[in-house]
Amino acid sequence: MSHHLVVRVVSKLLIPFILLFGLYVQFHGDFGPGGGFQAGVIFAAGFILYALVYGLDNAKRIIPEKYIRAGVALGLLIFAGTGVASLLMGGNYLDYSVLAEEAPKGQHLGIFVVEFGVGLTVASVMIVIFFAFAGRDHQIDEKEE
Amino acid sequence: MVLTVLLIIRLHNLFAIVMLSGIFSLLAATFFVVVDGVDVAFTEAAVGAGISTVLMLGALMLCGRTEKIPDRKTVLPLLVAVVTGAALVYGTLDMPYYGDPEAPIHQHVAPRYINDSLAETSVPNMVTAVLASYRGYDTLGEVAVIFTAGIGVLVLLSRIKLGRRKEDEDAA
Repeated sequence: MSHHLVVRVVSKLLIPFILLFGLYVQFHGDFGPGGGFQAGVIFAAGFILYALVYGLDNAKRIIPEKYIRAGVALGLLIFAGTGVASLLMGGNYLDYSVLAEEAPKGQHLGIFVVEFGVGLTVASVMIVIFFAFAGRDHQIDEKEE
Repeated sequence: MVLTVLLIIRLHNLFAIVMLSGIFSLLAATFFVVVDGVDVAFTEAAVGAGISTVLMLGALMLCGRTEKIPDRKTVLPLLVAVVTGAALVYGTLDMPYYGDPEAPIHQHVAPRYINDSLAETSVPNMVTAVLASYRGYDTLGEVAVIFTAGIGVLVLLSRIKLGRRKEDEDAA
């Protein structure tokens, strides 16, 4: 893959913007189109592009695999934990109204946290699946392009 | 879109088929933009055209580039597909027209979402409000499904890798 100069340069230019767009979709999901699911896949797509161009080993050096595996579970835990938190604060499960003094604020906070959990799990799962597929055959980095 | 589907059916070169299905996903994404489903279009473009194409290519590495032509023609699968498709199309005959304001879906809870969701959740994006708050349980279930899928792939493929390494060591 080292000889594909155009691909390397173009993707180097694009990847920051893809990742930034993923974050934008994640945290601006309350106001514009998007949310955790979309943000997760966009972020993962940017990262997978990096892994394709610069090789699996470099990608694994940026985010070690164990952190991504932890992210898979952590996202779901954040989502379910928000529900438990609202239980502890006297509401129903996943009833965010009790998370802040005023119900709408609590709802906003709850939605924000929950979407973050969704995004984390989706992005981690996509990257984990990609690593699992690509890691089976080390030639994939060179052969594919 | 129809052209890509026909080509996918006709071709036997799996590499071309994977590329065509990526193109199909891109076209589907533009279609979703046309019907104002921008967030669905995001997902379709990123997952359908991007990630799943990459994963399919990864799978192609393992199984070769051309499709095996089956030695006998089977009528039963075709029959099942046609009957199922016909039943589904028959089911759509009862459905209200797209965008019909009298449709049941616009009568039940949708007015409440449209009128009250901003006041109740202070989130301007109604889709996000419904997805994360009103339908929180559904979304939790979806995330659990994705989580399970990821864990499943991890368990299946990691184990194969481990087994292989052992065989390599034995061979060496």
